[in-house]
Amino acid sequence: MRIKKHPILGKLEEKEINITFNGREFAALEGESIAAALLANHIRILSYTEKRQEPRGIYCGIGHCYECRVTVDGERSVRACITTVKDGMRIESQGESPK
Amino acid sequence: MKYDLVVIGAGPAGMSAAIKAASHGATVAIVDENPAAGGKLLGQLYKEPKTGWWIGREVAKSLEEKVKRLGIDYFPENEVWAIFPQWKVLLNHGEELHTDYILLATGAAEKAIPVPGWTIPGVMSIGAAQVLNNFHRVNPGKRIAIIGIDALSLTVANELKLSGAQVIGIYLPPPDDFLDRISNPQQMIAYLSSLADAAPNHFLKFAGKVTQNEFIQKVSAAFYPYRGMKIWGIPLFLRKSILEIEGDKQAEQIKIAKISRDGLPEMESVKTIQVDCVCISGGLYPLSELASAAGCEFAYINELGGHIPLHSQEMETTQTGIFVAGNITGIEGAKIAMAQGELAGTVVSDRLGLLKSGTAIIKKAQARVEKARENALIKFQPDIEKGRELAVQFWDERT
Repeated sequence: MRIKKHPILGKLEEKEINITFNGREFAALEGESIAAALLANHIRILSYTEKRQEPRGIYCGIGHCYECRVTVDGERSVRACITTVKDGMRIESQGESPK
Repeated sequence: MKYDLVVIGAGPAGMSAAIKAASHGATVAIVDENPAAGGKLLGQLYKEPKTGWWIGREVAKSLEEKVKRLGIDYFPENEVWAIFPQWKVLLNHGEELHTDYILLATGAAEKAIPVPGWTIPGVMSIGAAQVLNNFHRVNPGKRIAIIGIDALSLTVANELKLSGAQVIGIYLPPPDDFLDRISNPQQMIAYLSSLADAAPNHFLKFAGKVTQNEFIQKVSAAFYPYRGMKIWGIPLFLRKSILEIEGDKQAEQIKIAKISRDGLPEMESVKTIQVDCVCISGGLYPLSELASAAGCEFAYINELGGHIPLHSQEMETTQTGIFVAGNITGIEGAKIAMAQGELAGTVVSDRLGLLKSGTAIIKKAQARVEKARENALIKFQPDIEKGRELAVQFWDERT
């Protein structure tokens, strides 16, 4: 999913850092959003709705729809689309997946 | 903290205003909820006929560097929670900013098209896809379908393809009385034709020229081929709708149908196509909650994209000291937003007594906004000129 070489924007040169999502370790790039880092690792489901346990992911990308809420280092309901990754960040999806 | 000017929104309008005012000697703060400065600039990427590629993130970077060089206090990842007269701006991390002048440069947000299945992960707004792709450099999907045909969706389709994703087609939204303008094939063709002369790149220009063909215009959608046409290898379907998006845990397939002459889906034609991402383009509307919270008077101007705060030719709202610039005043391009921001920054500098021949300088800044409009390549709203005239008229009638 990562665009390592772009015909106009050139090569990706950001530094690699590590994050965890639901306990698993993943590589992320410095400066990108949590949502972008997870998508680059093929993760689309960021939360499940409370009543019907429906999966939710990135929708608006500008922090308005709140569909991408995740728990970051213990803090609940952080918007993955407008929060930058940091090395060692522990991210967890919110809500319960259907049984 | 006390400032001469507090700017809300670090996009093209807000940063341009802050830079202008600070360069005249004003003390300025900028607040933005995003971690990166630039607003809608961050995702922009298109080729201009004369000056080459417009790379929004680089424009944003150069504005941000000027902001830093001028010693402007920048509050990223901060939200404005309240504005009290006259004026106190409260931020969610606890700061209180005191000022006589506020500029609201909050930009725009996207209208949703709630197609069945639109909440499934993998379905996202066209703007989210644009930022993921061009700013974060992550393809939003490998096989992407787009719902909604407009200047933004055509441009983003091209950007997605450029970066290696496959765009399987650009489709109409499902027919709906509320969506007639964007779901009806005939109206769509008229709209595309109106884009032709103001197209930002060859891609859009081609889309426009094809529909300008007199024959197609006259007989319109009735004879428009179901198979669509390809533009730079991307199929554009003016007579097919995406009726539904399906997928258990993420978007897996779309249901598409042919649209009859009278704009209804032909149910016997329904087909299923595999995708892993669907982008929805429903158009933009001005983001104006703060202006409303601050008590500014509004007008609904469809041609500008929605409700806008009434404002003078000097960009001041009905609340003394509260100014607006950029997409909050109507949906237009980044260069116009920048010129509007410079105008607002100039007017505030004059009010602060920082300019010697203020009136003349303001006139020049106003002329630059008009010039930016004349040179605009992308017209997001087909009747923007009419919208601007109405905005001026509503203001004049009020005072």
